[in-house]
Amino acid sequence: MLIDTVFFYIFAAMTLLGAVLTITRRNPVHSAISLIVSLLGVAGLYLLQGAEFLFAAQIVLYVGGIMVLFLFVIMLVNLDAAAKEREFSGQWPVALAAVAAVAALAGWFLSRGKGAFQIAAPAYGAVVAGGAGNTERVADSLFQDYLLPFEIASILLLVAVVGSVIMAKKRI
Amino acid sequence: MHPITTVHYLALSAALLLIGTVGVLTRRNIVVVLMSIELILNAVNINLVAFSHAFGADHVHGQVFAIFVIADAVAETAVALGILIALFRNKETVQADEIDLLKW
Repeated sequence: MLIDTVFFYIFAAMTLLGAVLTITRRNPVHSAISLIVSLLGVAGLYLLQGAEFLFAAQIVLYVGGIMVLFLFVIMLVNLDAAAKEREFSGQWPVALAAVAAVAALAGWFLSRGKGAFQIAAPAYGAVVAGGAGNTERVADSLFQDYLLPFEIASILLLVAVVGSVIMAKKRI
Repeated sequence: MHPITTVHYLALSAALLLIGTVGVLTRRNIVVVLMSIELILNAVNINLVAFSHAFGADHVHGQVFAIFVIADAVAETAVALGILIALFRNKETVQADEIDLLKW
């Protein structure tokens, strides 16, 4: 139990520090590297919660796929001129309003104390299925309960691939 | 030290969502804005997995939803970066507030 607590705080610190560095670094490449740290922290949190398949998917897809895409685009479009310009836009009032809203929410929960969180108990008991691993259960659920959304997601990805190629192409 | 409960994950998720929101609102560089959107989607995923975990190891519906969120994030990033390349070719800029053709 103690080791879980320690690892939670390590991964949470990785996630939040990486996120803060992502939105404050001037150079977009540094932002991308910080985003990798943040995403790895989130992957560690998945592992702590027993979601091993999501842990692997997070590292392969996000850190391996999306981040390479980001870095390619950063190298493709010339950002040297942009890095010398003003870093932030004049949207600070809206951002401060968002921060204030979340701070008010957190303050309200803190003032209510423990009674604010009444998370319902599982309806059909938290029985661990005999021997089936996390990946197996995810696959069962994905291909039985969520088969139609799964197929729709595949069409979405196909449309996204075609759309991004057409967007980035010089002449069609 | 208290044991880690679902509430800890919810607080972390709220903080990550907030950082992402501030990034989207205040940064000028479109690439960094897209990275902030990734942070927001990851905050959502932490929430989904935390509730999935709270309902027992047998309960994986939240994790399946997180997979769909990841698939959507991939599609969104691919299209957005394609748009960004087309935009850079035409306008020679990646600053969000310099793209103001519809503003008068």
